[in-house]
Amino acid sequence: MSTAVIHYIDEPHPVTGVTNSKLGIWLFIASEIMLFGALFSSYIILRVGNPAWPQGWTVLNVPLATLNTMILITSSVTMVMSWAALMTNRFDRFRLYMGLTILLGLGFMVVKGFEYSHKFHHEHFPWTNNFYGIYFTLTGLHGLHVLGGILVNLYFLLTGSKLWKANPTMFAGRIEAAGLYWHFVDLVWIFLFPSIYLL
Amino acid sequence: MSHAAEDIKKHVRTYIAVFVALAGLTVVTVGVSYLHLTMPIAVTVALVIATIKSSLVAAYFMHLISERRLIHSILVTTLLLFIAMILIIFFTDQGVMSRGIHS
Repeated sequence: MSTAVIHYIDEPHPVTGVTNSKLGIWLFIASEIMLFGALFSSYIILRVGNPAWPQGWTVLNVPLATLNTMILITSSVTMVMSWAALMTNRFDRFRLYMGLTILLGLGFMVVKGFEYSHKFHHEHFPWTNNFYGIYFTLTGLHGLHVLGGILVNLYFLLTGSKLWKANPTMFAGRIEAAGLYWHFVDLVWIFLFPSIYLL
Repeated sequence: MSHAAEDIKKHVRTYIAVFVALAGLTVVTVGVSYLHLTMPIAVTVALVIATIKSSLVAAYFMHLISERRLIHSILVTTLLLFIAMILIIFFTDQGVMSRGIHS
């Protein structure tokens, strides 16, 4: 049985100038922009059409969401530092920063858990009204993205050393791709936070 | 590795600076929200700050500032479609627009 070789994942493709993995992750992010864009568009239409729409800060916990914003921003820095560590051949530092990124991601999920349980306790559910419908849909889908990122990062943290020894360029490329996704999830939150909580 | 160690050290300093800017802008956007400005102004301020923050993340953390033209083309195309989708409200029932944003 012949082994299938995927070309241009550790060197740039001569036509595109980037690795196929990088092109792939950017196309995925492009589709994600449209996914979240559709939900933001729905949010605007629902809100503009409803005179009784509450302002986010009157019903949601702004300090807790601010804390989560800071956590996510910090995790983006540790993520990019983990990639930078690989570029300077410091696998130990990669592990440190990747571990921190995962912990910060988990921290975000814990804070989100507190926020949701508080809402459920007060009987605010996605089906309560359009406000909570869009609130839970947007923050819930974003939370699932954070969870997905944590799992991918955990996989690279736990199994990375083998590929790092065999093909460091390919491994650094994978971490860069995982980082691009993680920064995108941070970017979505940067818009979600003011539009849901502060306005 | 295409990046020299010295280059990466310079990058790291940039990452720290971007982090400080992002944290500062977060404080500003939350602070402004406590002023309870009128809706159009509040929306404008919040979106301008969010756009600056996301541009910093995209340019430096996602390396778009030194990325290939192909990636830029993909993103410009996507952003045009994204903007069209956000502006879809203008193509909907006239009554929705005339009611405006209620605070």
